[in-house]
Amino acid sequence: MSIFVDEKSRVLVQGITGRDGSFHARQMISYGTRIVAGVTPGKGGRDFAGPGGEVVPVFDTVADAVAETGADCSVVYVPPAFAAGAVMEAADAGIDFIVCVTEGVPVLDMTRTHAFVQDRGCRLVGPNCPGIISPGKTSLGIIPGSIVARGPVGVISRSGTLTYEAVRQLTERGLGQSSCIGIGGDPLIGTSFVECLAAFSEDPETEAVVLIGEIGGTAEQEAAAWIGEHLEVPAIGFIAGRSAPPGTRMGHAGAIISGSSGTAEVKTRAFEDNGVRVAMRPREISSLVRELIGG
Amino acid sequence: MNLHEYQAKDLFRAAGMAVNPGEVAESPERARELAEGYGGRAVVKAQVHSGGRGKAGGVKLARSPADAEKHAEAILGMSISGLVVHRVLVSPIEEIESEAYIGVLIDREHQRPVLMVSAEGGVDIEEVAADNPEAIHRLRVDPRYGLLPHQAYGLATRLYDEPKLASQGARAIAQLYQAFVDNGASMAEINPLIATSAGQVVAIDAKVSIDDSELFRHPELAALRDPTTETAADRRAREAGLSFVKLGGNVGCCVNGAGLAMATMDLVKFYGGEPANFLDIGGSSNPDKVVAALEIITSDPGVRVILFNIFGGITRCDDVANGIVQAVERIGFELPLVIRLTGTNEEPARRILSGAGLAAAASMDEVVEKAVQLAAG
Repeated sequence: MSIFVDEKSRVLVQGITGRDGSFHARQMISYGTRIVAGVTPGKGGRDFAGPGGEVVPVFDTVADAVAETGADCSVVYVPPAFAAGAVMEAADAGIDFIVCVTEGVPVLDMTRTHAFVQDRGCRLVGPNCPGIISPGKTSLGIIPGSIVARGPVGVISRSGTLTYEAVRQLTERGLGQSSCIGIGGDPLIGTSFVECLAAFSEDPETEAVVLIGEIGGTAEQEAAAWIGEHLEVPAIGFIAGRSAPPGTRMGHAGAIISGSSGTAEVKTRAFEDNGVRVAMRPREISSLVRELIGG
Repeated sequence: MNLHEYQAKDLFRAAGMAVNPGEVAESPERARELAEGYGGRAVVKAQVHSGGRGKAGGVKLARSPADAEKHAEAILGMSISGLVVHRVLVSPIEEIESEAYIGVLIDREHQRPVLMVSAEGGVDIEEVAADNPEAIHRLRVDPRYGLLPHQAYGLATRLYDEPKLASQGARAIAQLYQAFVDNGASMAEINPLIATSAGQVVAIDAKVSIDDSELFRHPELAALRDPTTETAADRRAREAGLSFVKLGGNVGCCVNGAGLAMATMDLVKFYGGEPANFLDIGGSSNPDKVVAALEIITSDPGVRVILFNIFGGITRCDDVANGIVQAVERIGFELPLVIRLTGTNEEPARRILSGAGLAAAASMDEVVEKAVQLAAG
């Protein structure tokens, strides 16, 4: 199985006529994602052409797209100034699951957006995230389909390319994935490690979970506590930023050590105290998974 | 982006808050004039983006204009946490009856702003949080409704028993929150917020950080950036859209993606080396970014080897390879390059590199270990 999305997900792309949106819409169609609609205000009525001649209708509003196509998921590729508005538009139109890829969304915009999305019972992943891929079923976002394979490992990460690094190693060693989800590198994100863990723990196909965290905030500590209490399958962790100086933002807006709570040491200890095996290098992630679930 | 104290105070004044007056001086003579205008006695404060200014000798009380000139002379040009002081803020001295703390920042776990107040102001709030956590009172603000008047007043009653002071405190807390929201701040605090012996609540010190992602809608705040707080490399990186942090080692790192960039630095350390920098070229495929990145890395005289670690997703390896080849031609540096390129368009990238006499490996550990060896040798 997989978490959150599968081959039945009917996906629309917000910002489908833009540079990033059009490129990734085609990539997703190639992967097999059911892209049923695109939305770009002012470009409604046009058709978007997929790589194999597929025709995707473009609408002015998400509400129109949902009414016409029954879309239930959305991927947002619109510029930072409009991203929060696009997410709220999707939630208002009844979309259940939204991935926001956009980087650089103002944090205060996200405080309002989270409240709005939660009030409508909708799940947001991101912003500033690579999205989710359920190998062999569907992909929402930008994770390259070429590096994944179907299998028993669930992957949750705050990063993009570091996730690809870990996932490709898993795939090369014959350890496929049930779903891989990038939850985002911003200080405020829609879906937490804990919510992803809860979803994976309900998935009978997931036999191990990999968590790729980094410095800043307390999300890994909260995940570790949840794992210690609830998770029945083995968990493997990695923390990026061991060598980062305190008080300095390391690329991701959320990757900053403030005080003593966000350090790699604190996070590693929280993992270890709750039975999570911690890889000290990216290449050890796949070795630990193999050790814990055999195969 | 951090603001200086005097800039932060201007934002709070614009929000209607009672703020201790003051003007900036860039010379001892100007500091003397300002002190004269305040009746002789004044406080002279270094304007740098650093805590602990007082302990470092950057805050002095002057009993006379001559005293203010002498203090400004000592403070201007001094270095606090490696930052040179170019300006001092000269303010009249207030008669302090009590000192409180009020601040607002983002609570990441609960995804909303959180107000924090404490009657124990004038000291490092992190120390209060560690030694006496019950002295800090918190209120998470629902972004749907903003800060409500009774909430601001409730917090103010934690600071002041006297009703007149509490109502002034409530006003200051509401103004702080409004300034935080209106300016797209990620953090705003007043420490101390004083009650004067005349019964007035006044902000004496101010600290504000603006969310970098908000600057596009606040050009007036972007214009407050102090160019003297940035190195040439930092400025070049910001203008080129690169995330860059100088670290001081000898292995120059150029990576795509922040997580992979951190993991690369960590692996350099793991193999016994020292990373010179964090550098994320981002998800774009623009060869110009690679050129800019190499210019920044090679401008650091401590760098002995340059390590590329690229995992192509959105970023296409052939674009990065083109950038590397162009940069080598344009800048013409002699440093050894150790390159790892894998993922999207890996094969054409290898051909581009080998055409220029450069090799690329596929494994991250292999290149990092090699780079560390080259830097040591």
